Amino acid sequence: MFPGMNTDNPTLLEIENLRQHFPIRGGVLMRQIAAVKAVDGLSFHIKKGETLGLVGESGCGKSTLGKAVVRLLEPTSGRVLFKGQDITRMSQRNIRPLRQDFQMVFQDPAESLDARMAVGELVAEPLIIQGIGNRESRQKRVAELLDRVGLPSNAAGKFPFEFSGGQRQRIGIARALALNPELLVLDEPVSALDVSVQSQVMNLLLELQRDFDMSYLFIAHDLAVVKHMSDRIAVMYLGKIVELAPADEIYQNPRHAYTKALLSAIPTPDPTAKKQRVILDGDVPSPINPPEGCAFGHRVNHPRYEESIGIDLPFEEVAPGHWVQKCPCCC
Amino acid sequence: MSSLLDINGLVTSFETDSGWVRAVDGISFSVEKGKTVGLVGESGCGKTVTAMSIIDLLPKPSGHVLDGEINFKGKDLRKMDHAEMRRIRGGEIGVIFQEPMAALNPVHRIGKQIVEILKLHENMSSRAALQKAVQLLDAVGIPAPEKRISNYPHQLSGGMRQRVMIAIALACEPDLLIADEPTTALDVTVQAQILELIEAMQEKLGMAVLMITHDLGVIAQNCDEVVVMYAGRIVERASVYEIFANPRHAYTKGLLSSIPRIDSERKSELTTIPGQVASIQDFVSGCRFCQRVDRQDSVLLRQRPEFREIAPNHWVETCPECFQA
Repeated sequence: MFPGMNTDNPTLLEIENLRQHFPIRGGVLMRQIAAVKAVDGLSFHIKKGETLGLVGESGCGKSTLGKAVVRLLEPTSGRVLFKGQDITRMSQRNIRPLRQDFQMVFQDPAESLDARMAVGELVAEPLIIQGIGNRESRQKRVAELLDRVGLPSNAAGKFPFEFSGGQRQRIGIARALALNPELLVLDEPVSALDVSVQSQVMNLLLELQRDFDMSYLFIAHDLAVVKHMSDRIAVMYLGKIVELAPADEIYQNPRHAYTKALLSAIPTPDPTAKKQRVILDGDVPSPINPPEGCAFGHRVNHPRYEESIGIDLPFEEVAPGHWVQKCPCCC
Repeated sequence: MSSLLDINGLVTSFETDSGWVRAVDGISFSVEKGKTVGLVGESGCGKTVTAMSIIDLLPKPSGHVLDGEINFKGKDLRKMDHAEMRRIRGGEIGVIFQEPMAALNPVHRIGKQIVEILKLHENMSSRAALQKAVQLLDAVGIPAPEKRISNYPHQLSGGMRQRVMIAIALACEPDLLIADEPTTALDVTVQAQILELIEAMQEKLGMAVLMITHDLGVIAQNCDEVVVMYAGRIVERASVYEIFANPRHAYTKGLLSSIPRIDSERKSELTTIPGQVASIQDFVSGCRFCQRVDRQDSVLLRQRPEFREIAPNHWVETCPECFQA
């Protein structure tokens, strides 16, 4: 277990049966004709100081979930509880002061940082929005933050384009740290970076978590990266969590067929390791009109898939802290 | 020379507002018939420029191959005229790019794009070419190929588009396939499908593959030989087993040890390579890895280290600081 991480730690974030659907409108009257069920009924929690890793293929709803958690979206149904407080239906105005406690870091710092703002302004912006400090104290705080994330002190006066990808991600992290948040939602924070820079940023994130006792929701598609960063891991498929377990447990003892396939598909960086890929046919199905029953059984054309139609697929605890979506075909 | 592709002292430069920059600075390697060579390195190290130099697709007018030989089946591609080069590119050398959406023509049906290449290279009639196109789509695992052939690229998923790219690249049964980050834009499960497909086609056609990637997992699982590039030069070159078991250059070692592994201890500190790649205008003539780690030694930074065969088929840039004997 990660030092400082205690299972008795209080729960920071709780997600209950969350749904995030996007309507598709069509016809002359632009009536709703269907919905993209990006997040389709899932529950989990994150404790203080803990990292929950979230993996899944593109289009499975990971990023939508991340945005719903920090209320950049208004969930369709379900509940988001932050430190016990229900923020699901709060207005943006009421939620603003709470945002100090949960911040987000995006995948592509080149796109998420305003190119016309100097780094100093970018990092100070959250402080200004929250009305914290005066010009002088903010300047001091910016210098402190830049130093903390390993950027040179003259960075404040420069613009994002003057930095490399790794340094830009550091700017994004400094900005998210400005308000001393308790939870960071990290959406593919190292995916766009080269290997040698990726490890630098991962080390920084681990160090910051240790120093500030932050919780992370770490979204990524690189399973080795997620394993390295996380205490527990949730595997998402087509808007649902199919398996959730402690990080080591999920790798040693995956229960759901999708988790197994995903794990076997990662090429091991060792030429002497035997290839044992489970080759999946087809792509992730569309979240518009997802198949009935077990969505993964449908994709792999499982002989017992039909049995999963029309029945409840319960999310069950099969071992301490190890949860799986039970179905006749894949678990 | 018996190699299929033999690159010798390749130098590729770009003309920029601030003068000429050397993106590829005198590199040599070869690809044997039927083998897979992995070209690995960080973004901007010259991997893609190397590939584009081979097939004469450098951005014009700024990009130029200034020096070196590119021998393909014993003939220097640099000495060929445009017509000859066009016959080779897409014929004897197939190419797949990272982003199939950008490489496929969005306004033509995929069938037409395959037929086009068959008519051009194989002199087939429209009807025969169409039949062959259906067979090719079937061979790369596209379901209902006779229907799919009239789809436009945007109607296909990313994995399917990459399959179409492969079908086009393999249409003329090339001797060499250049695959530039063929799976980087894809999910792991689809990546596994595509790598498996490339391998199966390689076996069937006996072709060689030059695989450009930054993913060391892909290198380990799919390549016979590895070429490690850094800042426009090759720092190390050996068989895949040798590179992973016995890396001799500090950069190769750093690269291998900085990737998180499934079996490494969670949340432990990862090894990092200090510093960052200098920008291309500032490259020193000497050892560029010394430049990265900020080694202040005027001799090392000035004198280009010798690229030497230190063991059979194991080549290393032998900088006194970065090379471990």
